[in-house]
Amino acid sequence: MGFSLDGVGLTHANGFRALRGVDLRVAAGERVALIGASGAGKTTLLRVLAASLRPSEGRVRLLGGEPWVDSPRALRRLRSRIGLVHQAPPIPPRQRVVTAVLAGRLGQWPVWKALASLLLPLDPAGAARELARLDMAERLYARCDRLSGGQLQRVALARVLYQQPELLLADEPVSAMDPALSELTVALLNEEALRRGVTLVASLHAVDLALRHFPRVVGVKEGAIAFDLPAAEVTEALLRDLYAAEGSLPLAGEISGVTAAPGLPPLRCA
Amino acid sequence: MSAAVRDPAALPRLGWTLLALVLLWPLLRLTDFRPAALFEAGNLQAMGHFLGGFLPPETSPEFLAMLAKAMVETLAMATAGIALSMVLAVPLGLLMTRSLSISRLGPGRGGWVGQILRGLARGVLAVLRGVPELVWALLFVRVFGLGAAAGVLALGITYGGMLGKVYGEILESTDARPARILLEAGSGRLAALCYGLLPNAAQELVSYTVYRWECAVRASVVMGFVGAGGLGQLMDQSMKMLNGGEAASILATFLVLVLAADGLSGLLRRRLA
Repeated sequence: MGFSLDGVGLTHANGFRALRGVDLRVAAGERVALIGASGAGKTTLLRVLAASLRPSEGRVRLLGGEPWVDSPRALRRLRSRIGLVHQAPPIPPRQRVVTAVLAGRLGQWPVWKALASLLLPLDPAGAARELARLDMAERLYARCDRLSGGQLQRVALARVLYQQPELLLADEPVSAMDPALSELTVALLNEEALRRGVTLVASLHAVDLALRHFPRVVGVKEGAIAFDLPAAEVTEALLRDLYAAEGSLPLAGEISGVTAAPGLPPLRCA
Repeated sequence: MSAAVRDPAALPRLGWTLLALVLLWPLLRLTDFRPAALFEAGNLQAMGHFLGGFLPPETSPEFLAMLAKAMVETLAMATAGIALSMVLAVPLGLLMTRSLSISRLGPGRGGWVGQILRGLARGVLAVLRGVPELVWALLFVRVFGLGAAAGVLALGITYGGMLGKVYGEILESTDARPARILLEAGSGRLAALCYGLLPNAAQELVSYTVYRWECAVRASVVMGFVGAGGLGQLMDQSMKMLNGGEAASILATFLVLVLAADGLSGLLRRRLA
């Protein structure tokens, strides 16, 4: 299973070239961090992996299927096996947390079940279980417009955990959380992937989080893959080159393995 | 002002405003719109005389009993008509909503099918509401004979066209992202509608539907002319007999119904907020 991208390029409708010549092979159960400056193409890459953006060129194979070759039915089934945690989760403000989490299984539930669950939540225990892992169980019946940005991100995460996807994708899942919570959340994602043996790809703004938690790190620069290495082999020179446009390395806390050189600009918190 | 800070949108804005005014002028001329005529002495007197005939409103118990019966008939007709129109409007409105299109994701294959279906739905809705309800009513009277059935069907069809178009447009102008991420996770159209669009759009959909129900109550006056019963028929009789007092009571009933619709809409909106 896992996935592979061969020569994937993507040009947006406005002519912006978001991805160029991306080759990436990830085996089932691998855990990969995507890092790179903002605007480098991490989100676009994740959306291609979620079968929600169709590349302009190249070949995409996900979980043994080919999203843009298979039938629309097969594509829908494939999508229900992929879960993407969004950076700014677009959850309707008037929706309750329990409904937002249960929505994770809409791709698996028949329509009658989805509609019945709106009248009376069909699996509140299941939603509560995932929320509890994120320390959010007591907000089960709260409305989403009563939550902070970090809490909303955890609801979105709980939704994808509840979906139980075979390919777990996360687009800067901790961007609205403080460093301690970020650490816990990224650890949780990894633990989930390990426990269920599923593939995990997460883009992270904080380089140190990526290096600490993920065995494999992929650097993205200007829509192309700059490096694809085991975390231990990522050198400071590579990172400095990756973030040349931003001027400093975005970090959540201390960086291990890579020591800050005296000439580096001051560290900035992500 | 230097060229660098000048608002680039200012000139086009001025141009469009002037163009709108230039277009408006001949239209006002064409409709012979002279508001001053309202205040000419002779005209004021004529209007005063006409309105004076409405006073005092008729309040005899027999008439009030008739009025109450007609009001219930009108409410039944309007409600049945709106229910029928929703049966038409909901599926067509959903079909028209671009943000619930699965083939647009990606974009995937079969997008042209969706485009054709959306165009067809739009066309059907235009035909339904393009023909005024009176014409539909005259058509159906030939099938069902004089009575409320023709009125309900006529209301249902015309209002179905209006509701469907506006449902589609409300859903399109609602934040599409919640529904899109659900579709991207494999959800179906109906589930994405209920979990992604309705939480944000329900208030507006309900208030527009209640407003249309209010319009249906008023439209029943027109239905009265084809013998559809209710307040419309009563109004028709009173006007023909030049009984201003009865007409005034009927108008007061309309006002009460409109206020009630307003209250209902406010209540539902608060419940959904």
